[in-house]
Amino acid sequence: MNIPTITTLLTSTTETVDVKTITFRYPGAVLPGQFFMIWIPGVDEIPMSVSEMSKKLKGVTFRNIGDATHALYHLSPGSKIGVRGPYGNGFTLTGKHLLFVGGGTGVAMLAPAVEHARKRKLKSTVVIGVKTKNELFFEDRFRRCGATVLVSTDDGSKGHKGFASDLAKEVLTKESIDAVYTCGPEPMMKTLLSACRTIPFQASLDRYMKCSIGICGQCCVGTGLRVCVDGPIFDGKTLQKVEDFGVYRRDAAGRKISF
Amino acid sequence: MLASGIMDEDAGSMQRMIDCGAGAIVTKSIGIQPREGYANPTVLELEYGLLNAMGLPNPGIDEYGEEMKKLQKSAIPIIGSIYAADAAEFVALALKMEQYGAAGVELNASCPHAKRYGLEVGCDTTLLQTIVSSVKDQVHIPVFVKLSPNVVNIVEIAQAAEKGNADAIVAINTVKGMKIDLETAHPILANRTGGYSGKAIKPIGVRCVFDIAQNVNIPVIGVGGITTGEDAVEYFMAGASAVQIGSAVYYRGPDVFKHVYKELNVWMDTHGYKKIAELVGAAYQ
Repeated sequence: MNIPTITTLLTSTTETVDVKTITFRYPGAVLPGQFFMIWIPGVDEIPMSVSEMSKKLKGVTFRNIGDATHALYHLSPGSKIGVRGPYGNGFTLTGKHLLFVGGGTGVAMLAPAVEHARKRKLKSTVVIGVKTKNELFFEDRFRRCGATVLVSTDDGSKGHKGFASDLAKEVLTKESIDAVYTCGPEPMMKTLLSACRTIPFQASLDRYMKCSIGICGQCCVGTGLRVCVDGPIFDGKTLQKVEDFGVYRRDAAGRKISF
Repeated sequence: MLASGIMDEDAGSMQRMIDCGAGAIVTKSIGIQPREGYANPTVLELEYGLLNAMGLPNPGIDEYGEEMKKLQKSAIPIIGSIYAADAAEFVALALKMEQYGAAGVELNASCPHAKRYGLEVGCDTTLLQTIVSSVKDQVHIPVFVKLSPNVVNIVEIAQAAEKGNADAIVAINTVKGMKIDLETAHPILANRTGGYSGKAIKPIGVRCVFDIAQNVNIPVIGVGGITTGEDAVEYFMAGASAVQIGSAVYYRGPDVFKHVYKELNVWMDTHGYKKIAELVGAAYQ
């Protein structure tokens, strides 16, 4: 059986003016980087990477951006939602000093990976890139678990002025980084990949998803790589061969849309 | 061959199915205009099969040309699946597919959950015959017609396609079904109803092929729940000359084609069959 399980929304926390984290009861093991399909009955069902995980509770963080996230944004604790998963492969953390680079809401799904790395006492540096300081969230959460946090804003309202990828490049030159993990706008991740050269690299891809079980082909990139099953985390070697990476995505009809 | 609708919306996905051993590819059903399909949930795995209501999503025939052209040098046949509401549109789509290098076209006369299309075309014998003959008059590549089991008499529909000069019948598309969530009393599929596929519908498909193959003089391609080599043998015995695989890409992964091919060969060796042709229609006795 692969159908949504109905569960109750427990908390809904405001992170920024349009970003919220919701938690719900959902027992079972999840790996950092995996995702759930969240069903809002009568509205839609969308993929969301896990951003909070304990034995019995799980959570996701999202920007109020479309029909489904709009509905989720306005749901109160106690509301019923459907959850299925976890799906996908998750991150593989290797090395002693790890660099995490999150752009926009992409930073949310890196949080469980950073916390996981810190639990294993791995040195962790997190670069968060946002347009302006009001969009910043999870900075304290990263610091609390003992990670070094660097912030970049497009407008210079906080931290480094410019792109997260530029700030990350600085870290790569100054520090000895063993592996890079990223989630965010694809052009940013592509820039980062070329800066990494031989350093192991893993990126979480976001594509319009339908079946989530690897048959409909909607989320495929490259030579039939299914983001829902073969991803959403892909390593640098694989991504170097994926012609769509950082170039285009496909909409619900399968039309190519440039980034 | 790969059944329509599975891993076939872009050239990369189809290339992977080719690499995984598919003998031919049937594309996603393509229409004149781009179509987004239904909201999610679109696919569920139930106890005994998959239930889907994708809603014929596709980028439209013009943009799909890019995908087809990338596969022009493919060593195996690419069959363009097309859907439309009338003969003129079917003809326009078939001509485009031929121009893109398709080895054949499969007319979708059977999608059970898209208004005006699919099944609504495929249960009207007069309309279907007109559509098939119009397409046959205009294109030089083989024309297959994919039929639905959601009709009173599938044999009559197959005979109408034959009268229109179809080159082969493909049977069956999915079986209409639905799934309701008990906690919220919501049908889970966004479209409420969908099409059921996988092992559960194999006996339905085998019966349809058995009845059709004895009543038409054109080849029948079997599809519906084929997951193992023995499932393929059963369809051959029912009268199928070839088989398509869809849902089993989920149950056994993209390598399902290699598995089924191997299992079929082992079964034939141990049972003393040398050619698939010896199996075709073996059950008519």
